[in-house]
Amino acid sequence: MTANEKVDVLIVGAGASGAAVAWSLAETKMRILCLEQGDWIKSTEFPTNGRDWEARRYTDFAISPNHRGRDTDYPVNDDASIMKVANFNGVGGGTVIYTAHWPRMHPSDFKVKSLDGVADDWPVDYWALEKFFEENDRMMGVSGLAGDPGVPPRHPPMPPIPMGKTGTKYAQAMNKLGWHWWPSDTTIATREYEGRAACINLGHCTPGCAQGAKASTDLTYWPLAIRAGVELRTRCRVREITTGPDGMATGVVYYDAQGVEQFQPAEVVIVACNGVGTPRLLLNSASGKFPNGLANSSDQVGRNLMMHPWPIVSGYVEDMVDGGRGPITCMWSKEFYETDPKRDFVRGYTLQLGRGTGPATQAIVGAAAGHLPWGRDHHRAYLELLDHRVGIGVACDDLPEAHNRVTIDPVLKDSNGIPAPRVDYTIGENTRRMMEHGIARATEILAAAGAKRIHTSRTELNYPGHLLGTARMGKDPERSVVNEWGRSHDVKNLFIVDGSVFVTGGGVNPTSTIQALALYIADQMKQRLANLFD
Amino acid sequence: MMTDDELRDLRDIAGTMIPANAGRNLPGADDPAIQADIVKTVGRDLPRVKEAIAAIAAKSDGTFASLDVDRREALINEYFAGKSAPAATLGRVILGAYYRDDRVLTALGWEPRAPFPKGFTVEQGDWSLLDAVRNRPQLWRDDR
Repeated sequence: MTANEKVDVLIVGAGASGAAVAWSLAETKMRILCLEQGDWIKSTEFPTNGRDWEARRYTDFAISPNHRGRDTDYPVNDDASIMKVANFNGVGGGTVIYTAHWPRMHPSDFKVKSLDGVADDWPVDYWALEKFFEENDRMMGVSGLAGDPGVPPRHPPMPPIPMGKTGTKYAQAMNKLGWHWWPSDTTIATREYEGRAACINLGHCTPGCAQGAKASTDLTYWPLAIRAGVELRTRCRVREITTGPDGMATGVVYYDAQGVEQFQPAEVVIVACNGVGTPRLLLNSASGKFPNGLANSSDQVGRNLMMHPWPIVSGYVEDMVDGGRGPITCMWSKEFYETDPKRDFVRGYTLQLGRGTGPATQAIVGAAAGHLPWGRDHHRAYLELLDHRVGIGVACDDLPEAHNRVTIDPVLKDSNGIPAPRVDYTIGENTRRMMEHGIARATEILAAAGAKRIHTSRTELNYPGHLLGTARMGKDPERSVVNEWGRSHDVKNLFIVDGSVFVTGGGVNPTSTIQALALYIADQMKQRLANLFD
Repeated sequence: MMTDDELRDLRDIAGTMIPANAGRNLPGADDPAIQADIVKTVGRDLPRVKEAIAAIAAKSDGTFASLDVDRREALINEYFAGKSAPAATLGRVILGAYYRDDRVLTALGWEPRAPFPKGFTVEQGDWSLLDAVRNRPQLWRDDR
């Protein structure tokens, strides 16, 4: 095994959180190295460059690593999960293939125990993170409109994406119902911003933006972090975190691009591998001193997985609307986000009001929903669908349950022979009630918009798979994996900064909160450098 | 690779699923250029596509092409209603190739091109509709 020169800080994973923490810590002038198992993705590689742009979201730019199957991916056994895993292994991580929808968690999300009597409160609150949300919005470049009564004050640096014909249709329906709506915050540049070009409505944001208008951390944080001295090594797949006789982390063992086993020593190890990759790495790092996996004296590593059940209710209006042109999600509604004691569930959800799809995707989803017959009637039916679609996502809060968990699969391995993760996940009763409530409200909106052929897709066909909660933060070492500033209770030079530290899921896409939290943890580390391991 | 028999069956199946429509200037999915695109790009989906072709052949006792059009359509719609993974894959592969064909896109009013670099136009919409929301009371719970 080859040994490398020791670094001060070793970050595993170059995605949303790894990039943010690398950039933040760079000002310390410590020697910082990040190991990433994937590649840099060039904008010329993204599907919207070619005529097969729609087909590639099902193959090499699928959100599921199992469908994508790149050699930089690791397999995930999610057969026992009603929802499927979404991730991307490469510089930028999940931000390469996210929708760029950019809500923050609400203040109440951090206090669900005290406010609603469920799960646990976080050891930090919204207000401790607020300045990091703002800093992250500037770094990622957010488009939006201030003044939304549905969320706490924020200051998007760019104007919002267009409402379009589809958004106007929703707005009329929402006003008729008297329900809240607001143009979504997104990390899509609506004007030139810090070297990024303005959005030209390619419409296929999720599998990468050929224009470079969508923020991903390979475009935002990483160039600045590298310029500040951080080293980023790609095609380096970490197998395990090693520890010394004193129980402190000593570094990691990884396989380089040639498959050669290497040892990378480090003073501090920061894990940023997402809610499946992080518990996989910790569990694969079991040793004589840590027989149940590293940082797992609480038995909480891998437990409490939250994946955000996400029903989608769609329909078709008589007028032609935006179809697959423009960013997918154009507005949100917070009407049903906060707990209402009159309902039969606690917590709530965001309604994400979306545009349609491109021609091929429209045919595929139309056929899946039973709206598109095969045969001589195909063309007539299809023309009633294309550019007429409206679709609402119900982004449900997901509460932690110990049996929803990531473990190590006894058989499945990645291409380096590293044991792969297995995911067991079911949807809790509170969330099921929430889903049905949201489906009913979304159906009302579509009906108010004049939509017909209303169809509900409840789970696995949708865009789910946020990976949260599997190394939760907390003050009690017996019930949490890391403390209130991201340091492992068990291993005092080991930090976790990705979505696995979430205590609850919230009813929003998590990336904004993941990055704000990563910046917060980095700030805490900087403030404690003199006594980081005390 | 597909065998000659499989290629023939694929053409017959695709042509039944999406027949040509002269009135709308639309080719069928059995069009040679569309068939060639399917064969060229099927890639990792090949095993499931072959499985679906075999299942449809078995369902028709090997007589699919000789059935009348009503029976072919009924058989295809019945097969796809089963929502099997091979059926979903076959449908996706055929639809993916069909709905990127230049003639099809043109007939549908879409320019036959990749989205980048020209992009698309999305109108701003009616922002005055937001006036009804601006003055609503705060919805989020302030925990302070």
